[in-house]
Amino acid sequence: MLGRTLREVSTALKQGHITPTELCQKCLSLIKKTKFLNAYITVSEEVALKQAEESEKRYKKGHSLGDLDGIPVAVKDNFSTSGIETTCASNMLKGYVPPYNATVVQKLLDKGAVLMGKTNLDEFAMGALGSDTGGSTRNPAAHCGVVGFKPSYGLVSRHGLIPLVNSMDVPGILTRCVDDAAIVLGMLAGHDPKDSTTIQDPVKPFTLPTLADVNKLCIGIPKEYLVPELSSEVRSFWSKAANLFESEGAKVIEVSLPHTSYSIICYHVLCTSEVASNMARFDGLEYGHRCDINVSTEAMYAATRREGFNDVVRGRILSGNFFLLKENYEKYFIKAQKVRRLIANDFVNVFNSGVDVLLTPTTLSEAVPYLEFIKEDNRTRSAQDDIFTQAVNMAGLPAVSVPVALSNQGLPIGLQFIGRAFCDQQLLTVASWFEKQVQFPVIQLQELMDDFSSDFEIEKLSSVSLKQ
Amino acid sequence: MAAPVLRWSCVGKRWVLACIDGGSRHGRGAAIGFTSRRKRGQSSVAQQPLITAQKSRKGEHEWAAVVGLEIHAQISSNSKLFSGSQVHFAAPPNSLVSFFDASLPGTLPVLNRRCVEAAVMTGLALNCRINKKSLFDRKHYFYADLPAGYQITQQRLPIAVNGSLAYSVCVGKKPSQVSTKTVRIKQIQLEQDSGKSLHDEPRSQTLIDLNRAGVGLLEVVLEPDMSCGEEAASAVRELQLILQALGTSQANMAEGQLRVDANISVHHPGEPLGVRTEVKNLNSARFLAKAIDFEIERQIHELENGRKILNETRSFDYKLGCTMPMRDKEGKQDYRFMPEPNLPPLLLHDTASLPPGADPQQVINIDWIREQLPELPSETREKLIQQYGMLPEHSFALLNEVGLLEFFQNVIKETRAEPKKVTSWVLNIFLGFLKQQNLTVNESPVTPSALAELLNLLDRKAISSSAAKQVFEELWRSKGKTPSQIVSEKKLELMQDQEALERVCHTVMEGHPQVFLSLKVMDVKRGNPRAINKLIGLVRKATLNRADPTVIKKILERKLSS
Repeated sequence: MLGRTLREVSTALKQGHITPTELCQKCLSLIKKTKFLNAYITVSEEVALKQAEESEKRYKKGHSLGDLDGIPVAVKDNFSTSGIETTCASNMLKGYVPPYNATVVQKLLDKGAVLMGKTNLDEFAMGALGSDTGGSTRNPAAHCGVVGFKPSYGLVSRHGLIPLVNSMDVPGILTRCVDDAAIVLGMLAGHDPKDSTTIQDPVKPFTLPTLADVNKLCIGIPKEYLVPELSSEVRSFWSKAANLFESEGAKVIEVSLPHTSYSIICYHVLCTSEVASNMARFDGLEYGHRCDINVSTEAMYAATRREGFNDVVRGRILSGNFFLLKENYEKYFIKAQKVRRLIANDFVNVFNSGVDVLLTPTTLSEAVPYLEFIKEDNRTRSAQDDIFTQAVNMAGLPAVSVPVALSNQGLPIGLQFIGRAFCDQQLLTVASWFEKQVQFPVIQLQELMDDFSSDFEIEKLSSVSLKQ
Repeated sequence: MAAPVLRWSCVGKRWVLACIDGGSRHGRGAAIGFTSRRKRGQSSVAQQPLITAQKSRKGEHEWAAVVGLEIHAQISSNSKLFSGSQVHFAAPPNSLVSFFDASLPGTLPVLNRRCVEAAVMTGLALNCRINKKSLFDRKHYFYADLPAGYQITQQRLPIAVNGSLAYSVCVGKKPSQVSTKTVRIKQIQLEQDSGKSLHDEPRSQTLIDLNRAGVGLLEVVLEPDMSCGEEAASAVRELQLILQALGTSQANMAEGQLRVDANISVHHPGEPLGVRTEVKNLNSARFLAKAIDFEIERQIHELENGRKILNETRSFDYKLGCTMPMRDKEGKQDYRFMPEPNLPPLLLHDTASLPPGADPQQVINIDWIREQLPELPSETREKLIQQYGMLPEHSFALLNEVGLLEFFQNVIKETRAEPKKVTSWVLNIFLGFLKQQNLTVNESPVTPSALAELLNLLDRKAISSSAAKQVFEELWRSKGKTPSQIVSEKKLELMQDQEALERVCHTVMEGHPQVFLSLKVMDVKRGNPRAINKLIGLVRKATLNRADPTVIKKILERKLSS
């Protein structure tokens, strides 16, 4: 049951094949068994069981709240959850219990979803896991063989999402299939009076139409995304995908996004500047960590922040403040904003030329082993990880990573579709068609658990076999 | 009112444009030694502050002072600029704080429509160009009462620019010698107020109250077009009246709703401007004028002694009457300005640019706001002068006190007395009583109708003017009585019975033969006025002040010459 799609589980709940409580308990036991993966920072067992119980009552009375009622969900630990500790995996916020729910969390709960807990991330989501600022929904999705969807900027509320880069952050949706992502988007999207950057127009829940054929589609292949670092396996799946579209009748053309190569460095300037600004509030006065030093307010600030932030966060705060200094502002921040505009215009030009959707890799290769992963410093790592994903955040466009196949090593590989701003439904429709063609195998964590003991070594992950 | 409120004018002055009560409270300022050092023949800087107009000493250059102001006016609104928290003065500490005000992570600013309308209205009243597109920025600095570590303001593109403010200053000794001046307004920007830090020195603790954090402010930047404390104080006073007339700010300086920072420099005319200092947090017009004039004198003194002026931030010590460098503002501040990414550009419309079918709740139309502009103080004063033949200084005085003009107009409505008489009574007697007891117009025990009735009695000569004053005092003391009641209770009505008056005069003359004889000897027409006044006084006393002195005089003169 845990390997099924949202729609399948929802049907099973409606038909009474399984109760929300049973489902919740299954989830909780899987979380316990996979504890060594360190996926959760907080498991909200009691709350989850209570919510499941409520859901069960509703089903018994025939008052289900819809497709999400009784469905287990997890939320990254940078979304504020009322009464549940929200840490951003930072010492700075250890013990911080928000008094309110993020809008997206509230919307999920209003629809009857059962919150299992808060998932891990690197501090303040500055790396590969988390909400989507530079690719942090799509990259992990590609590596894990699931769908990772980043909606258009402004479509989904950021209220309650602890910010990394306000102008790029978007709540991301991770699901087993594109259709599920569409269902969740339908529940979450729309204007939020608490977030002034959300669109004013009302968004209605929708179901994805089934695309009969792709004859009228034009797929763009950005030539700048063919970089030397791209693994041959990913490259070959990318071209296979392009061929698939072409053979099914779509028009597939090479396009150019000429400013792509400047994107990472520009992202770095803008990201660190906003980080420096956003982190200014963590001074130990109102909430979160506070040091023991109290000789002066300044000394308390300094010690609190030194103790509360790790090296990566402090490094970004320092560089961000450097870029914002009066003497540097023009040279770095303004220039980066101009480049950002050029990058966004690249996409506009391509879409104006008749392209419906862009097809690109999501990552350079499949997931690398942990020992390999920690060799590089954070900056290099994020530059590599976000190479194909962050330009989308700079431009505010919707993008989705869809799993395509397993590598020779048996690890998942994903491809990315990028759509026009606020054409999220069109994008998901195309992605859904593609998903049906490739028939990616469902990952069976349950079986994985049966095969391995709990003192499982991380290194062995690279050889995990997945059920076809 | 519990605490005495610092007012603009002081007891005894009937009206005040901006004459700051100069030499009365120099405190220990002399210890610093600047004001006393200058041999310019002025006892007080404030009374003759036009440095440019002064003649230079032998071998010395003239000095010109340049003063610019940054004024922060708290917007009068129910809720804060970016959050739903209520705005109240003197609420219990930290009782008006939303999650956003406390900068909880993940909270976002939502712009308050009322604050935007207040800014547009103020901009229009100050002849500004309203920017149809304005932007918000973050200004970063670490301070305990600034929870987010930055203030949201409008640095790059403010909501209103290029305006002007006309104000009046006394130019001579007489209050009627008034000159109108204009100061350019550089810009008006919307920004957040900070919280308050309360330093508990004995426990070496700082307590934070966030009630004020996030309240909407209008920062009004006045160009350096002023040249002394009095001009600056007059400009601020006029701005205060305009804000109050618009209702965009209560602008009460004592409650911190209007705070002023002054930029001051001196130079020789014809030469480039000097290095400026900034005097921060001036919270009364009197201190504003004093601080500026002190700072001008200090800078001249420094330069004349071969020293340099530092570009620094200073505060005004009102006890010592001098400015001092601010310790916590030492070192270069770099505010690391950055666009506020959580707020889209603020777009305003006029009727021409209004999108068809736009939801009136979602758009702000500058033209609608313009139509709703109330009468401004300068227009009100002009009307008073035209309608009632009032002296300009009286029109200023009527507007200077909250509620006084309305009181005056209500009296006028109900009385047959001449406007001049009403003006004189309201400004001299009524205001005098208020000042003496430190009351506001609203707290007055005498209503406009009561005063109107009293003036009617006076107008139809039912009572004498001295009796009228008695009645007024009685009205002030015993609430609820009408003037007519008091007049009859106290038997204050004028004696209209000519025969009875004649009889009283006769009796008095007979009772004081010496006075009578001395008058009889001399020609009354050229006679001793003191003597006849003495007789008039005696007659009035005999009538318990109920006789009209002019009538008595006539009777006495007739009797003397007969």
